[in-house]
Amino acid sequence: MTRRLWLPLGLLALAAALACSLSITVGSAAISVSDVWGVIGGQGSDLQQTLILELRLPRTMAAFVTGGLLAVAGALMQVLLRNPLADPYVLGLSGGAAVGALLAMLAGLGSLVISGSAFAGAMVATLLVFGLAHGTGSWTPSRLLLTGVVVAAGWGAIITLMLAISPARRLPGMLYWLMGDLSYAGTPWPAMVLLALSCLLVIPLGRSLNVLARGPLQAAALGVAVRPLEWTVYVLASLLTAVAVTTAGSIGFVGLVVPHMLRLVLGNDQRLILPACALAGGTLLVLADTLARTVIAPEQLPVGVITALLGVPTFLYLLYRSR
Amino acid sequence: MSELHIRELVIDIPGRPGGRPLDFSVAPGQVWGVLGPNGAGKTTLLHTLAGLRPCRSGQVKLDDQPLDALKRRTVAQRLGLVFQERQDGFPATVLETALIGRHPFLSSWQMESAADLKLARQALTNLEVSHLEDRLVSTLSGGERQRVAIATVLTQSPAIWLADEPTNHLDLHHQIAVMELLAGEAAAGKAVFMCLHDLNLAARWCDHLLLLYPNGEACWGPASRMLVPDALERLYGQRLATTELDGAPIFVPVR
Repeated sequence: MTRRLWLPLGLLALAAALACSLSITVGSAAISVSDVWGVIGGQGSDLQQTLILELRLPRTMAAFVTGGLLAVAGALMQVLLRNPLADPYVLGLSGGAAVGALLAMLAGLGSLVISGSAFAGAMVATLLVFGLAHGTGSWTPSRLLLTGVVVAAGWGAIITLMLAISPARRLPGMLYWLMGDLSYAGTPWPAMVLLALSCLLVIPLGRSLNVLARGPLQAAALGVAVRPLEWTVYVLASLLTAVAVTTAGSIGFVGLVVPHMLRLVLGNDQRLILPACALAGGTLLVLADTLARTVIAPEQLPVGVITALLGVPTFLYLLYRSR
Repeated sequence: MSELHIRELVIDIPGRPGGRPLDFSVAPGQVWGVLGPNGAGKTTLLHTLAGLRPCRSGQVKLDDQPLDALKRRTVAQRLGLVFQERQDGFPATVLETALIGRHPFLSSWQMESAADLKLARQALTNLEVSHLEDRLVSTLSGGERQRVAIATVLTQSPAIWLADEPTNHLDLHHQIAVMELLAGEAAAGKAVFMCLHDLNLAARWCDHLLLLYPNGEACWGPASRMLVPDALERLYGQRLATTELDGAPIFVPVR
């Protein structure tokens, strides 16, 4: 039983390590792996020191943690709503974050305020969706999903309005934020700690989530305290999304595609899927970001474009050949 | 061994008057059958007895404690429920499905052990679905799914079995096999309480019956006293012909 968990996780961790070293060594100035180890060990030239420790390593880490957070949040939402279409983006969480961030940009505020504002926007969006869907009756997954879709459409309209009335000089920054951009990502460590902690938290919850995926009544009959579990998952998924969106802007498809790909290959045991999502989501975004900054270097593409271009065909292919 | 005590219970069916409060106990070794037409509240009663929905008044006690004062996990260690309807949101194999019956017995960090796996496989063998263990549940026929659902509760091995039409979708052979299994559980000191639509299965296998009328009226007692053609005809609004085979009554609907 345990071996079934560690083998896939080991392979994914290896893939993650390879992707990260690729991302650190590839770029405007190529660096060898031995140079990287030298710099981490405190040697190497000043230029190498700056390039690796201040530019590439933080950016790689930011990409990894954002991808991991989004994938885990997506997987959690899918179990919570028992709907494979659920995803932080479909539910309008990123829309709320985008409105928050764009408001701060429109006001010409600094990056710290933009992050805080995006975080607040994501939390407001979550409360709005879950509050409205709760309504007077129960919390049915389909109502939640529909509420999310409608609210997301509302955020979309507000975003378009804000773009329309924004002064031209602010537009490029806003558009890049909307498409997801890692070049302004701040320090990744708090997000990293959150990702590690939430993985530790969800592993013991995993078996309960497996049972919850079969419906709340069945879960309650098998001894799961359904309401507290649902709230824990909901708060956690919202928090992870808010932190991810705050780090890198709006990056789609990771939360939808990564859990799906893993489920098609590894089955549906949440104890395996959730940590696997953290690793695979991180790997995917690191690779996407490496592509985004090398394809048309020295120009950079928004990483959200790459994830969409990679994610859509992969997803369609897996869906096509699944049993 | 556990016992379920139903005290002055009125189940909550919206828009229906309370009717007669239910008051009986389901003791170890007993096999109870619940009979009633569609919409009489059989499923609602079963869910209420499992603590999955609130009652309008009265109380359900598991041994000497009120059901709603117990943790869900404690309840699930003693009481299992075979649902009539199941949703499979995400694909899962037959073996994984049977294994979730061990959920109430494992702590958060614990993985299923070899012993748990053995219990699940044994349950699948008992229900004659072990050859399907690697198949996805969503690819099975209705009857096979029903047997997997019963195997899950068998893996849970509760002292009190609640079953919502356990013979649904089953062919004749497997209907009897499942009734034999439940009777065997009762003989081993478990308590069984199930909804049934088949009068003849109820007459043959149940030692106690509860008749639920759509207006909330109810009567219950030993099967021999409840299997009165007049009462059953009134229950279903259907004329019945009665005969006897091997000492058990047989009911056949007639025009």
